[in-house]
Amino acid sequence: MEKTILDVQNLRIRYGGSTTEAVRGVSFTLGRERLGIVGESGSGKSTVGRALLRLLPGATITADMLRFDEVDLLSLSEKEMLKVRGRRMSMILQDPKFSLNPIRRVGDQVAETYLRHFKCSRREAHEKAVAMLEAVKIRDAERVFKQYPHEISGGMGQRVMIAMMLLADPDLVIADEPTSALDVTVRLQVLTILDSLVRDRGIGLIMISHDLNLVRNFCDRVLIMYAGKVVETLKAVELDQARHPYTQGLLAAQPRIGGTRQPLAVLDRRPEWLEENA
Amino acid sequence: MSVSVEVRNLSISFGAGAHAVKVLPGVTFSVERGECFGLVGESGSGKSTVLRCLSLLTDFWSGEVLIDGRSVRDMPLIERCRTLQMVFQDPYGSLHPRQSVRTVLNEPLVIHKLGDREERMRRAITDVGLPISFLDRFPHQLSGGQRQRVAIARALILEPSLLLLDEPTSALDVSVQAEILNLLQRLRYERGFTYIMVTHDLAVVDHMCDRFAVMLRGEVTEILPHEAIARNGASHPYARELIGASLDYEGIR
Repeated sequence: MEKTILDVQNLRIRYGGSTTEAVRGVSFTLGRERLGIVGESGSGKSTVGRALLRLLPGATITADMLRFDEVDLLSLSEKEMLKVRGRRMSMILQDPKFSLNPIRRVGDQVAETYLRHFKCSRREAHEKAVAMLEAVKIRDAERVFKQYPHEISGGMGQRVMIAMMLLADPDLVIADEPTSALDVTVRLQVLTILDSLVRDRGIGLIMISHDLNLVRNFCDRVLIMYAGKVVETLKAVELDQARHPYTQGLLAAQPRIGGTRQPLAVLDRRPEWLEENA
Repeated sequence: MSVSVEVRNLSISFGAGAHAVKVLPGVTFSVERGECFGLVGESGSGKSTVLRCLSLLTDFWSGEVLIDGRSVRDMPLIERCRTLQMVFQDPYGSLHPRQSVRTVLNEPLVIHKLGDREERMRRAITDVGLPISFLDRFPHQLSGGQRQRVAIARALILEPSLLLLDEPTSALDVSVQAEILNLLQRLRYERGFTYIMVTHDLAVVDHMCDRFAVMLRGEVTEILPHEAIARNGASHPYARELIGASLDYEGIR
């Protein structure tokens, strides 16, 4: 692996008012690669992503190490964090319907990223935004620029989000369920666009998803999380050779095309998976 | 009891005058007794609209919907509700946040003047695999999968023959989806329900359905048996593309 851009050791997160930790000792490193984090809802995968961007007000975050490039994310002040967030590290959220501001033009929202992080004129930001919209394969980008979020489709909205997040040319993109709101055909297009942009620019990608097929196809490595812990780390191509019973259970619970149509295996959750050192 | 469904030339427009948009230009398909029929297609293709028309949640359509040979429009409301019920996509949105499970399940029984309410509620909640103590819980005390079970129990409590399922598992994790799909399969074998199921997941279609219709811009492009998915036996270009994309996505090809 090339240079490490993210080093996380023993990350623990506790939400305000909660007695148990939502994330319990997660460690991983990330180079210029595509890392998938899978798990069920409530397993803490999104919490990890948000903690990296320090988007968890009221939560207690501790770690032995939380280093992004040369920056220690834990010791940054909020003011310094503003220079990292959106500029060097950004996040693509799940549902464009809820993540775009409904009363502002799409293009203005994309251009805002550039205006915020670079000294430039409005015209320059506009040009950059249009070029980026074209890069995510939006036809007639000038027209889409002037539209409002309700006027564009879900797939287009998600591409707008990708454009917005890649415009500042970050080193790390965290995609939190980037395509689960989309149809299969559109999903593949959006993922292919995201994939090629991330590869061409050498951006590190963390793909948070509950979809095993997605991480299998679009990631290099996969972390499997259960109850706030990483239970297994696998190469994406070796996902089927998972050893942990939880991962095996998830794989077996999936209906498959050409399957037997017998009742699906139901996950038998064992209490020992919850234990700290399991 | 199972029923057959026949949809003939179902068409509907939203909006009026120059802004009218024809959402369904004329949908025709039929579902046999006890069959599980899938409706697939991209969002906006009219899949959910078909279900809303069948259940008369949207009633300004033209065409014909026959349930066991009788037009759904000729059925009195009470009878219609006891024949068909619907399960919606989002279990977080389809249950009233301030009503307990008991209130949710009791309401249809009161409306339909059915006796033995406590007994019926207990049976419905047991049928979907939840403990009876859950009757006194509120939606926020339930997980997504448990909520969807309650939504299914609400649909079952009037003992319908036709269930309209609008993406019943797309808001759920795979592990929970497996539980709900198994539950739906079991209920179908035990009670002979007829299902019409909207989904965008062809793996779910292949697992659950006997036949399915591929919809594009309100039109049924092709009706296929579920075996056609694995070998991509579709002839319409869009249906081929959709099945191809799903096969790619699953990494089968």
